[in-house]
Amino acid sequence: MLKISDLVKEYPGGLRALDGISLTVSEPQVVAVIGSSGAGKSTLIRCINRLVEPTSGSVRLDGEELTTLSRRALRRARSHIGMIFQEYNLVERLTVMENVLSGRLGSVSLWQAFRRNYPSEDVSAAFELLDRVGLKGRHDDRADALSGGQRQRVGIARALMQKPKLLLVDEPTASLDPKTSRQIMRLIYELAHERGTPALVNIHDVALAQASADRVIALSDGTQVFDGTPEGLSPEVLNDIYGEEDWSATIRKVDDDDNGDENGDTEAPVEKSKPAPRDIVRNGAVAE
Amino acid sequence: MNTGAQSSGSYPDIWRRFSPAESVVRTLWLMLIVFTAIWSLRNLDITWEYFLDAHIQAGDLLTRMFPPDWGHTGQILDPLLETIHIATLGTIVSFAIAIPLAFLSARNTTPNWLTWFIGRFFLVSSRSINTIVWALVFVAIFGPGAMAGIWAIAFRSIGFMGKLIAEAIEEVDEGTIEAIEATGASRLKVLLIGVLPQVMPVIYGTTIYRWDINIRESTVLGFVGAGGIGIELYSSINLFRWPEVAVMLIAVLLVVIVSEFVSATARQKIT
Amino acid sequence: MSPTPTTATTALDRTTWSRPPVFFTHPAARYGFWFALAAYLVWSTGTLNIDWARTAQGLPRAGDMLARMFPPDFSRSELLIKGVLESLQMAFAASFIGMILAITLGLAAASNLAPRPVYLVARSLIVLSRTFHEVIIAIFFVKIVGFGPLAGLLTLIVASVSFISKMIAEDIENMNMGQVEAVRATGASFPKLLLYAVQPQILPRYLGVCIYRLDANIRHSTVVGIVGAGGIGMTLSATFKRYDYDFSLAILLTIIALVFIGEVFSTWVRSRLR
Repeated sequence: MLKISDLVKEYPGGLRALDGISLTVSEPQVVAVIGSSGAGKSTLIRCINRLVEPTSGSVRLDGEELTTLSRRALRRARSHIGMIFQEYNLVERLTVMENVLSGRLGSVSLWQAFRRNYPSEDVSAAFELLDRVGLKGRHDDRADALSGGQRQRVGIARALMQKPKLLLVDEPTASLDPKTSRQIMRLIYELAHERGTPALVNIHDVALAQASADRVIALSDGTQVFDGTPEGLSPEVLNDIYGEEDWSATIRKVDDDDNGDENGDTEAPVEKSKPAPRDIVRNGAVAE
Repeated sequence: MNTGAQSSGSYPDIWRRFSPAESVVRTLWLMLIVFTAIWSLRNLDITWEYFLDAHIQAGDLLTRMFPPDWGHTGQILDPLLETIHIATLGTIVSFAIAIPLAFLSARNTTPNWLTWFIGRFFLVSSRSINTIVWALVFVAIFGPGAMAGIWAIAFRSIGFMGKLIAEAIEEVDEGTIEAIEATGASRLKVLLIGVLPQVMPVIYGTTIYRWDINIRESTVLGFVGAGGIGIELYSSINLFRWPEVAVMLIAVLLVVIVSEFVSATARQKIT
Repeated sequence: MSPTPTTATTALDRTTWSRPPVFFTHPAARYGFWFALAAYLVWSTGTLNIDWARTAQGLPRAGDMLARMFPPDFSRSELLIKGVLESLQMAFAASFIGMILAITLGLAAASNLAPRPVYLVARSLIVLSRTFHEVIIAIFFVKIVGFGPLAGLLTLIVASVSFISKMIAEDIENMNMGQVEAVRATGASFPKLLLYAVQPQILPRYLGVCIYRLDANIRHSTVVGIVGAGGIGMTLSATFKRYDYDFSLAILLTIIALVFIGEVFSTWVRSRLR
């Protein structure tokens, strides 16, 4: 599936954001990438679909080398890699449906894109996805009319519209309140497993990463310092990654948050019908 | 829009961005715009053959301009200075007239609706008539020369500055005015102490901004005889002295760019 | 025109704070300014080429002119309507062509989309054409394509393109690049990127600018005729040469009405674009 070897990114000015990263994701799993800000998390996932050009190294997706692709071939490759952003990055003046359908831009003609005339299987897939992420009936709303959590759901639907071989997720919850953050992470986890798509998720919230990933990778100063199961993230390991700190409080934070009464982003209909789960994702319905 | 019936399990496979009614309205607007443009083009009395060799003519004109006649530089310094004087003096005159007119045209400072209407009428008339048309009028009054130019610049600027200043006055903080009125100050004192200081930055800013526009405007006043570099430019063009024209164009370019820079810097310091 | 007294600003420094005045903070600076102003007035009026005797006749002449202007003469309505229509047609056609051509130049002048050399060329074109007054541009087109509305049309097109494309370029430079990145990440080509990430972000402002430009073109179409580039300006300039002031006033009133309608229309349309 995804095989990264010896990936290096050096920015003009000499900053070495990635210093020889090697990483293989060979099964549909959610891989959380943690690390302090500036550790290279964002650069790593952007080097995969070359929104940032890597300096050297190799990125192979299903055997195809991405780093040397021509512009046209790169566009085709990108159309099979879904991406989810911290600031959602929806096109705000377009409707929810247009945003979701824009996930198919790599496969329709320019004229179809201009006329918003997408193939019928794409349209029904879009409706299905909107239903799945809990936004049934909102397809004609403008994206800027939605709350943060709802926007991120549209962002997820857009990425999945691409029928991706790989999901790149960049700090999906950094702009959301704690409760919505967990709902979004659970959704990403569920959908990645439902569709058998591996996902690489940048996340700075260690507790959330532990609770919602199959595997955790830690970066520090552009190098990989940890690769293992969430359970393996002991306070000693975290000290290595972030420096000395009392980690017991951070690791326990998950439970505290769940009982809290956040007044944030909870208006999505799907949540109202379900009781708030005590634990998230990993003990949920979809975990193997 | 057209999502059709939604039975459980199956999802609609048609989606339109606009409903049929919306599409019709949008198409009609588009057609209206295109037809207006086509109608305009077809009805203009244009000999398109002239258009076809325009690029040749333009190229010819450019080659005739080179090399520019640098020896002419000495002769255009005075007209250039006159151009700047016309713009500056015109701006000063309009400054003096625009401020009282602005107070007359602002709803919160005008004495009654009649004075408001009169103020607005003058502002609108001033803005509707282009500087060069005002120049035609003032050349008829004062005869050709810089005097006509100064008044032309002033009369066009009054409306521009008056409108912006009046808008600033209407946004003045009511509380301050009330506080000063409560001290028993006369109406004029309220205007001078309560209102004027608050709008002063706007007045300065607008004046400097307009001065920079006026520099550009005063470069063409000479075409109708109202002074400045335009007189020399117009006669050189009509006498086909293209190398001289080139020098003047470069001079105008420099003056306009420098004045724009000065104006931008000064406004940045104020606001 | 006294400098900002501190007494008035202290009362409201909670709600509105304005920087202490830069100018005239010191009394000496204030007197210095007035002295400099007086000196400038003496110097400039001295250098200016003003025929004071002729200027002195100005007031009676203005009275005479006003007397001749009234009542405005609308009897030659055929000439008036023809000129006004020609001005309007120039304005409509130039706005339409300008708004289409400006899209390309605007994209080329946006530093975040265009390659560096393209950007520099586009920017210098815009600066160059915005520096020269429309009337200067008009006279060159008159020399190139001859007298008549074609010269006026070309002038207004040049002015519209440079104005609209400058606005488009600024808008594109200020747009949210995250949305662009997201659409790029779906594998969209550059044209699709323009359709889905750029166009939605700039469209409302673009339409607003175009409408504003139509309004400006209506105003300018009345003056390019003064150097022979067609429209009502040609007729107006002729009436002044013939001392035909009652017809001049009729034309001026028509222009004022036209400009006023244009402005009302433009404000109305722009308020409806959200």
